[in-house]
Amino acid sequence: MKNLPLKGLTVLEFSQYLSGPSAGLRLADLGARVIKIERPGSGDACRQLAIKNLWLDDSSLLFHTINRNKESFTANLKDPEDLSVIRKLITKADVLTHNFRPGVMDKVGLDYESVKKINERIIYAEITGYGKKGPWKDKPGQDLLLQSLSGLVNTSGNEDHDPVPFGIAIADIISGTHLVQGILAALIRRQKKGIGALIEVSLLESLLDFQFELLTTYYSSNQLPQRSKHNNGHTLLSAPYGIYPAAEGFIAIAMVPLSKLATALECTALGDFQQADAFRKRDAIKEVINKHLSVQPASYWAKKLQQNGVWAMEVLNWLQMKEEEAYKILGMEQKVGEGKNEFVTTRCPIRINGKKFTSVKPAPALGEQNEKIRTELLI
Amino acid sequence: MKLLEDILVVDFSQFLSGPSAGLRLADLGARVIKIERSGVGDICRELYVSDVMLEGESTIFHAINRNKESYAVNLKDEDDRERIKLLLKEADVLIHNFRPGVMERLGLDYATVKEIAPSIVYSEINGYGERGPWRDLPGQDLLLQSVSGLAWLSNNNNTTPTPMGVAVVDILAGAHLAQGILASLYQRAITGEGALVQVSMFESIVDFQFEVLTCFFNDGNELPVRSAVNNGHAYIAAPYGIYKTQNGYLALAMGNIVVLSELLKCPGLKKFTNKEDWFSKRDEIKLILASHLNTSTTENWLNILEPADIWCAKVLDYEELVQEEGYKELEVELRVKTANGLEVTTTRCPIRVDGKLLLSSKGAPGLGEHNRQIEDEFLLQTIPVRN
Repeated sequence: MKNLPLKGLTVLEFSQYLSGPSAGLRLADLGARVIKIERPGSGDACRQLAIKNLWLDDSSLLFHTINRNKESFTANLKDPEDLSVIRKLITKADVLTHNFRPGVMDKVGLDYESVKKINERIIYAEITGYGKKGPWKDKPGQDLLLQSLSGLVNTSGNEDHDPVPFGIAIADIISGTHLVQGILAALIRRQKKGIGALIEVSLLESLLDFQFELLTTYYSSNQLPQRSKHNNGHTLLSAPYGIYPAAEGFIAIAMVPLSKLATALECTALGDFQQADAFRKRDAIKEVINKHLSVQPASYWAKKLQQNGVWAMEVLNWLQMKEEEAYKILGMEQKVGEGKNEFVTTRCPIRINGKKFTSVKPAPALGEQNEKIRTELLI
Repeated sequence: MKLLEDILVVDFSQFLSGPSAGLRLADLGARVIKIERSGVGDICRELYVSDVMLEGESTIFHAINRNKESYAVNLKDEDDRERIKLLLKEADVLIHNFRPGVMERLGLDYATVKEIAPSIVYSEINGYGERGPWRDLPGQDLLLQSVSGLAWLSNNNNTTPTPMGVAVVDILAGAHLAQGILASLYQRAITGEGALVQVSMFESIVDFQFEVLTCFFNDGNELPVRSAVNNGHAYIAAPYGIYKTQNGYLALAMGNIVVLSELLKCPGLKKFTNKEDWFSKRDEIKLILASHLNTSTTENWLNILEPADIWCAKVLDYEELVQEEGYKELEVELRVKTANGLEVTTTRCPIRVDGKLLLSSKGAPGLGEHNRQIEDEFLLQTIPVRN
């Protein structure tokens, strides 16, 4: 493969915030030209959404993180003149993404049926919060709300904790990931058959798919997932699965037969438990392990466990992770932009033919490519 | 026409990461053949979870491997390996998630397979990459969550590191692998060339944290601090989090504290007029909010907040969820049937194509269920049958 796999493809991104734009970022890193279509004056609302008050130029570092390696073209979709330019742009595009609430694109005449009339071969891809029908369709498609409605918040933390959300926007990220899968599969069909496609994903369906193991188990057993009393790692898994505090630091222990664990830890008290009880008595077993591990540092236990072939690792924070050779050798960090706007971020996690996909191209200023794109369109 | 019609995937992977990629490709229309070890099969068949089993196999095996075929072989047997090579000649995609070096020892590494099948898309997932000091360590979900800093992002600040209760690393690595495979298949449809696609669980879980890690890289390496109470996201201001009410829990996303103070009739919040305090004093704000919200029901709060366009939701468990009209409307449940007649309800592919759901009623295969059919179809019996 001489070129990036998606070289030559043009994506028009009407999406904002994270779900759709994270899909656009992946397509950009794989070689597509991604043009953000933004509202004049304000643009993607994520430009004004900062975490820890970090900014580069007029946009937040968060926006720069999600939208590097893209271009920006401003258009007021309610203005007929702008809309005609967008229609012209659509005739040149391969993919269109949006994450508006249901009905918004219809109102401006950019729904799939209308767009298909201008460009039959387009892959039209959209993310909604809860699908396009039903009583929830107009609810805000916000990550924490989706985690709460989908039952996901009942899977992490211990039994006596309140529901614990995932501390990362999992619904946004997983739906963006699914959107990319649908778009790429549709591009393969288009290459063979010459036809476009409509790809639809919702945050709720994506988050339910994410829980497919738990849901399948629930459908067959009618038992709600129960978090363990201590050291909960996964509601479906037996002891010792979880994270344990040591005299210093923490240690994660995954699946391992109890007898093997007892030997590795020299923990005779574990001998009181049968393997068959590893799920049913997991709270009691975890208590024994907790007590046993509390007398030595995590590094001591990690070494002992690994020497005995037990699946275990010390728990690290980002500072510790960054120091590890195993992290450095991955080359996951890359510099983007230049001068005072240079920043460090992560690269695309996929490697093809041994090659990492990196790009120094920063996120665009609002409307940065307006002139260039108008020239290309001969207007 | 299905999106991946006529694509043949030969899948050597086990557990969840690789097989979840195979499942997605199957649902998008590919034919996926699991290559399993004779007599044992995918270890996931034996992974008994929460004591829930179906026909002596774990429920999760059935969830992950529906819509696939099974070809059982002994990869250490030369004749069987020759059969696999013949099969690979016809394949479009190979997936494996062995540790680095295993496929080399089996003589099925990319360089060798490429000679037999030059245009194949050869894809692999491992734990920590092919080089480096951790390359031989087990690529296991909880352990990856633990070394990547992820366990420091969920739950309240006074709690121990808290893993996410779904195998998020496996699932993301599988999803990234599927993306790499599909991008390579697209390129192949143009040029006819194959590719090597590599993903590691470590790279995938670092990517998952790209927003917050980028913040960390550029803020002088300050570690994340979870809020002391009602933590929703270490980097987001109050009220973001889940709150106990008289009869359940209420989730509140981003919102204006002064507006909330008025809507909820919570005077204690009125003084927080400075937007910056919503982050710097979030623990104080959340404590006031938490004790106030605990004085009435979830429904009462929703009735006040929803009409005012405040981003909020009730917290549901699965039992409540499956009774909601908003859930039923999506038709996510899928009923599949194995060759033995076992029926399993699981979830369908979350992607809709041309307005249609992607459905398949084909259950997970028995171990070696398709040996005969595959050997006939691909003329694999030309290799002497082992004794």
